[in-house]
Amino acid sequence: MELFEMTAYEAATALQKKEVTSLDLTESVLKRISEVEDIIKGFITILDSEKVLQEAKKIDRLLAEGKEISPLAGIPMALKDNMCTQGVPTTCASQILKEYRPPYDAHVTEKLKEAGTILVGKANMDEFAMGSSTENSSFYHTCNPWDTSRVPGGSSGGSASLVAADEIFFSLGSDTGGSVRQPASLCGVVGLKPTYGLISRYGLIAFASSLDQIGPLTKDVRDCALVLDIIAGNDPRDSTSVPREKEKYADYLGREVRGFKIGLPREYFEEGIEEPVRKVVMEAMAYCDQLGVEVEEVSMPNTLYALPCYYLVATAEASSNLARYDGIQYGFRAPEEDNLIDLYRKTRNQGFGPEVKRRIMLGTYALSSGYYDAYYLKALKVRTLIRRDFEKVFQNYDLIVTPTSPTTAFVRGERIDNPLTMYLSDIFTITANLAGVPAISIPCGLAGGLPVGLQVIGRPFDEGRMLQFCYALENVLGFKGLKPGIPAKGVLRDVS
Amino acid sequence: MSPEYEVVIGLETHVELLTESKIFCSCPNRFGEAPNTNVCPVCLGLPGSLPVFNKNALELALRAALALNCTISSYSKFDRKNYFYPDLPKAYQISQYDMPLARDGYLDLVKNGCLVRKVRIERLHLEEDAGKLLHSYEEARSYVDYNRCGVPLVEIVTAPDLRSPEEARLFLELLKKILLYTGVSDCKMEEGSLRCDANISLRLAGSDTLGRKVEIKNMNSFKAVQRGLEYEVSRQEEILRAGGQVVMETTRWNEERGITIEMRGKEEEHDYRYFPEPDLPPMVLNGEFIGEIRSKLPELPVQRCFRFTEEYGLTPYQAEIITSSKNLADFFEETLEHYPQPQKVSNWLIGDVLGLLNSMGKEINQVTFTPLHFSGLLKLLDTGTLSGRLAKDVLEESFLTGKHPEEVVQEKGLAQISDEQKLLPVIDDVIKGNPNAVSDYSGGNKKAIAFLVGQVMQRTRGQANPQLVTGLLKKQLEG
Repeated sequence: MELFEMTAYEAATALQKKEVTSLDLTESVLKRISEVEDIIKGFITILDSEKVLQEAKKIDRLLAEGKEISPLAGIPMALKDNMCTQGVPTTCASQILKEYRPPYDAHVTEKLKEAGTILVGKANMDEFAMGSSTENSSFYHTCNPWDTSRVPGGSSGGSASLVAADEIFFSLGSDTGGSVRQPASLCGVVGLKPTYGLISRYGLIAFASSLDQIGPLTKDVRDCALVLDIIAGNDPRDSTSVPREKEKYADYLGREVRGFKIGLPREYFEEGIEEPVRKVVMEAMAYCDQLGVEVEEVSMPNTLYALPCYYLVATAEASSNLARYDGIQYGFRAPEEDNLIDLYRKTRNQGFGPEVKRRIMLGTYALSSGYYDAYYLKALKVRTLIRRDFEKVFQNYDLIVTPTSPTTAFVRGERIDNPLTMYLSDIFTITANLAGVPAISIPCGLAGGLPVGLQVIGRPFDEGRMLQFCYALENVLGFKGLKPGIPAKGVLRDVS
Repeated sequence: MSPEYEVVIGLETHVELLTESKIFCSCPNRFGEAPNTNVCPVCLGLPGSLPVFNKNALELALRAALALNCTISSYSKFDRKNYFYPDLPKAYQISQYDMPLARDGYLDLVKNGCLVRKVRIERLHLEEDAGKLLHSYEEARSYVDYNRCGVPLVEIVTAPDLRSPEEARLFLELLKKILLYTGVSDCKMEEGSLRCDANISLRLAGSDTLGRKVEIKNMNSFKAVQRGLEYEVSRQEEILRAGGQVVMETTRWNEERGITIEMRGKEEEHDYRYFPEPDLPPMVLNGEFIGEIRSKLPELPVQRCFRFTEEYGLTPYQAEIITSSKNLADFFEETLEHYPQPQKVSNWLIGDVLGLLNSMGKEINQVTFTPLHFSGLLKLLDTGTLSGRLAKDVLEESFLTGKHPEEVVQEKGLAQISDEQKLLPVIDDVIKGNPNAVSDYSGGNKKAIAFLVGQVMQRTRGQANPQLVTGLLKKQLEG
């Protein structure tokens, strides 16, 4: 087995036991990148390899000196390109920030650096995290390692495909309506969107502030817990970050799950879902018996309104968050402007791609005087109803399970011209963002040779028990360890 | 202004708060730094940065709200006001829209001890300041200085209760006094820490509907506010008299030309697309916290003025002048600690001290003359060391040099001469040297003695004790 094939935990264990060095691991990953990145195109920026190897050597030196290092120290990783990295381009996959190098590190960047992980590069994404296929990157599209004619999902498609293709041990994505979970599902990796407020958004370039949350994309559930242990925790620089005692998520793994009660909301299994996907998820849930976990059907009647609600709240906030890209202080400025208004118009017209413009227009409209009450205010009310749906179910159930995405990875170009079809990719994931609750996607099988994700949703700040359940399920499902063959279409096991 | 029309004015005042740091980041809240040196990712609105609300700004805003008799909202929130302008780096201003920090206050306008008008305060809310544009006409370029971005402001909006440009000025003077008293702001209009926009309309006297209003911006002094409004009153009156209609618009006051100039019409008004700021949680204030702020509130000018008349027996006129500035009133009371004679202190303070301050264009806290200096001077008067006339000279010298009056007296040898042995030779000289005046006096013209006293004073450089000199002269001439 090649080193790059290991999980982050396996690699870190080998490192701590001095069976390998961080240099070995980093070189292995860089070699893998040189072999497959041309096909996958998951990175926007790859850091200078000499500098990356220097960082690895630093960790090796600490180990050689017998210093205690944190659990994932020396492990190479990637960040989605909307998380600020001091002096390293942070583009949001947009022409408008093409040359932008932030003067500061995001909270998560700081945390991962402190923990000694090795930043290798910045991952591709849909421009400003708007999209479900990474086709909206203004640079190039990223391929799904399971089938390179297909999309990796989005918007954290780069982060997901890099982990799936073993180009990196783990990555971070951001999730506003499913942007971590949906690509995790489509690429066969684990992706978590934590409770709103668990991880500081300081330095995450905002799409929709009340929905955005950073989360790990990893090869398995244990890695997810380990990364979460590093990045979770209160940060006074983000006023929406919740002050609470720090938990150790890895400690939950392996604990007994017998007696857990799970609700399967009917609304998530009825409309819009591909039959093979539904079947794979249901078959996976059949293992719950074996785990001693009780499963019952429940109803969440307001699910129906989630999509319109989401596209009002998210676009309204985005229209304001993206207004700062005006060509004045930093980023792209259109040449040859006649006057100030002209400068704004040309800069934003040339700097933003079509999907971003569409959402800015939608959001601007929703907030306009005369429309605010009918659209934005109403959406806020619906959001409350959706939150109540969750609260009600959680009175009687520990967790909620749904499919992550209604389909497996779709073919590139298939949906890009039809925004509404594209928006439906997030139909099962957006509710967790609207309610602020944590949700995770884990691979649960294959359909048509492509991975299917199962979504587990928990109570606010109940990530520990979610991971506990996912770890148990992962062990019985037998998906873990399945790898896509690149570049050949990798049909390894097909349960459909 | 003919009695046919009534003037209706409402004011929107922006006040910079005297906090240590800015409202949403830890950059110092300072005026006058080199451009773009007092900035950070947060106040520059860089991608990924987030605001964190400065609790100190909340305290000062609450203090202002309580001093303006407002009701504090137990629940309020921040909103985003969206518009594009190069001095606004996020392209939205964090402000408060439908749930301001405080509402429904009032101020009583008092002139010469009489209530002129009760002015309602509609709302007081918190917001961040924007940067500044600097235009270079030679280069045909504009520059942006972001230093002021994120300076904490409160916006105070009055009801349309003011009835003349003079009342508008009086209101602003009172507002400034209160904000200085409470330490909320330094209210320097020339540095922009107090800014005022006015809405003004005219209506037929007796009518209770509002006329079409015009907003005036860019009035950079209290005098400019009054002048700008006076100009607008006569402009609108002229239009109405000619049977025309006032056009709703926003104008700028041009100080040099003494006129208002149209900025934009009503149809060009922005749609600010306000919505709740998702990066900041709402503010929930409990009564206990508000009570704590209230208990820390200093005595306000009106209360202090009243107390000065009661406690020190000052006339309302004296009390009003002394309490017009917190620093002056503090100076007064501190002086009394060393020299407990309110009337004397008040007379000298209002007459000579204020006169000197006015001629220097300074406030009492900007000079080195302290209450100890002042009480020392008054004591020198009591002991007869200084005549009233000399005391004025010593006061001035002490003001300019910061030296204690006693020191001035000693250095310059200015002490009053009350020693007969020293005065008699001078008196003799004067009698000898002015035979005409002496004979006038002897001839029954008693006024002639004043001339002789003056001569003695001149020869002693004003140091002779005039009462003593008069007595001695009489004795010499009549004896």
